[in-house]
Amino acid sequence: MKPFVEISDVSLMYPGAGASETLALEHATLAIDKGEFVAVVGPSGCGKSTLLKLVSGLHAPTKGGVIVAGHEVAGPIKIVGMAFQNPIMLPWRTTLDNVLLPLEIVEPHASRFRANRASYAEKARTLLGAVGLDGFADSYPWQLSGGMQQRASLCRALIHEPDLLLLDEPFGALDAFTREELWAVLRDLWKARQFTVILVTHDLTEAVYLADHVHVCSKRPGRIVTSRKVEMPHPRDKYAPDFVALVRELHNGIAEVRAA
Amino acid sequence: MEKLERAMPWLFVSGLLVVWELAAIGFKVPVFILPRPTVVAQALVLQWGPILENSWVTLLRTLIGFAIAVVAGGLLGVAIGSSRLVYRGLYPVLIGFNSVPKVAVVPVFVIWFGTGAVPAVLTAFLVSFFPIAVNVATGLATVEPELLDVLRSLGARKSQILIKIGLPRSLPYFFASLKIAITLAFVGTIISETVAGSAGIGYLMMAATANFDTPLVFAGLFVIAILGIVMYAIFAVAEQRMTFWAKRGDGMMV
Repeated sequence: MKPFVEISDVSLMYPGAGASETLALEHATLAIDKGEFVAVVGPSGCGKSTLLKLVSGLHAPTKGGVIVAGHEVAGPIKIVGMAFQNPIMLPWRTTLDNVLLPLEIVEPHASRFRANRASYAEKARTLLGAVGLDGFADSYPWQLSGGMQQRASLCRALIHEPDLLLLDEPFGALDAFTREELWAVLRDLWKARQFTVILVTHDLTEAVYLADHVHVCSKRPGRIVTSRKVEMPHPRDKYAPDFVALVRELHNGIAEVRAA
Repeated sequence: MEKLERAMPWLFVSGLLVVWELAAIGFKVPVFILPRPTVVAQALVLQWGPILENSWVTLLRTLIGFAIAVVAGGLLGVAIGSSRLVYRGLYPVLIGFNSVPKVAVVPVFVIWFGTGAVPAVLTAFLVSFFPIAVNVATGLATVEPELLDVLRSLGARKSQILIKIGLPRSLPYFFASLKIAITLAFVGTIISETVAGSAGIGYLMMAATANFDTPLVFAGLFVIAILGIVMYAIFAVAEQRMTFWAKRGDGMMV
């Protein structure tokens, strides 16, 4: 079976005058199967976020190619949902309207949005319920806590039922308890809906807790240096010996990459 | 406490007037140098007719100039804030333009349009459109890049991003600028009326100065101040209504 996302020998240079030109990625290669949950970990500034921009079509690679769902990526691919460390909700919209935003943009929903608003809103409320935001649909985002905003941000990323979910350190700014709660929320959503996920993070426990495959990125210019399959069944126990051993192994791997 | 807070502006103004009155009496300041508030009030009452008539003229010119500034400044702000090219091309020109004292432009308008309402309206417009344009542009230019990524990755068109994100986001900046712009518009009108006018509060004050009627000059100043405060208050209420989401808490640091 052909992989769902194929990043082959990709390099990306951010333009700049003379020495400020930066090579963010070099010869990065990565293959992701449909429905797979992949985590990319690595030292900060290793081009992990750049990788997501390439996959979503927001940036074109300087060299190499990216194929998503059988098509060469040449522009925004429209089948992605994205969430970031900062939930960036629109303060003038209620939580519900924030979640509905992608449906006002992406086809085929955009053209029938007005006519079917009620059914879309119903769908959004169900999704909000699934992430534990029952009863907050009509609140404004600034009335919610950081963790609740991040839950809403996940809903916004998923409302148009994307085939590919791109997450850029979405739990990085949350406290440990909220973070682990949201791991479970994300895992359950993924189990139920079977979309493909690329999670960029520097939290190894998070990567091992959630992903089928953990890829380790070298420091800039970024390359994938190690890939590790995680075989443990869900729900995973982050205190189990094999879990801890895997996290330690990845940790040592990253330490080597940083030292190199 | 809340009652006191409400009464504060009135208390402060009355206090100021009392101090002024007493100081003017105490230091025996001649009326043609600095009239006491009571004398100013007397002038206001005695010459109520011409003051009202000329205030109306000034208010009307200011509002017309301001309305043009809102439309032109808003459009210009959207253009500058949403296009890098326009920003590069226009921004230096705008700054240069705004640095020119508008008093210096009034004579040119007089040559072109005579001494009537047109120079006053134009000056009001010129003085007040700049903050509107700059604020709207700032609101548009500071949209979070991640949010743009979310929308672009879904294939959003530039116009969709502008309507769904850019414009609502720049509304608080827009309303904040209206409060400043309306007071500036008064300044513009009155500058023009004092330099070359045949009606309006500015003209009235110039005529009064020529007659050494200082109390009437001060009456004019008071009328302008009151008009400015009323207009400011109207736009402050509009801002509160339209962009309640941009203000959390009472915004006071202590």
